[in-house]
Amino acid sequence: MGIVTPGFTGRPRAEAPDLPPGQYLTPDFPVLSAGPTPRVPRDQWEFVISTETGTEHRWSWDEMMALPQQTPTVDIHCVTRWSKLGTTWRGVCLDTLLDGVDTAADYALAHSYGGYTTNLPLADLRDRQAWLVHTYDGEDLPAEHGGPARLLVPHLYFWKSAKWVRGLRLTVEDTPGFWETAGYHDYGDPWREQRYQGD
Amino acid sequence: MTALPYVDGNMLDGPLGEVFAVDLSTATGRCAHCGTPGPMAALRVYPYAPGLVGRCPTCLEVMLRLVRAPDRAWLDLRGATVLEFPMPLDRPR
Repeated sequence: MGIVTPGFTGRPRAEAPDLPPGQYLTPDFPVLSAGPTPRVPRDQWEFVISTETGTEHRWSWDEMMALPQQTPTVDIHCVTRWSKLGTTWRGVCLDTLLDGVDTAADYALAHSYGGYTTNLPLADLRDRQAWLVHTYDGEDLPAEHGGPARLLVPHLYFWKSAKWVRGLRLTVEDTPGFWETAGYHDYGDPWREQRYQGD
Repeated sequence: MTALPYVDGNMLDGPLGEVFAVDLSTATGRCAHCGTPGPMAALRVYPYAPGLVGRCPTCLEVMLRLVRAPDRAWLDLRGATVLEFPMPLDRPR
């Protein structure tokens, strides 16, 4: 046996045509976690977007819930090779949150309660490609899946959809996050199978 | 002629090969965050993730991350300031 088993490997399965390469379909919703699950009361929760000039934009839970809400149904793809199709969420489109943010940044570093980070090009958070979600399958998002709110960026591997997200730091330079500094791909496009650095 | 005060990295093959031949779980590590020393075997390891994450049992900060690709591996020990291994010189090789 190798020194580490890369998550949920399972036995190889026949790939469906609507799955990215190397992925298998699962009816479950596996819980992956790199640390203890933060428990964040909604009355203490906040979401902060800070720009490269130091300007901060903050939303309390009630302020976030008062924003226009969307109900995206999307496919999600975990780098540990499971995919789940047609998942339904509810939350705020990142375009809404970024609408009043004046920035020349090209990158975002999402940071979470508990210390997790992941980096994305800011362009990948715009144009109805990303959401701040608080509901999964009609129910409050459970803490083990990132509640009270997580990022949802379904066109990238799911490690980019930061659980327990607390905010975004918008930066001029790219700043690799938790897994991106430990061998995982900087961008993580599942359709190009960008799992590891150099893929 | 004066010898250079350094040699190239090829000389690391031997020392590092010996270090990484030992069982890391027998080592003692010091957490870079809280400074607590302890056996690496006592780390809290979160295996249900894209890689292995070992956290200090005292402060829960990350001490070790190990990511395994089919053809490569990454070991990040920035959260451990020093590791001590049982490694007697007279150990049979």
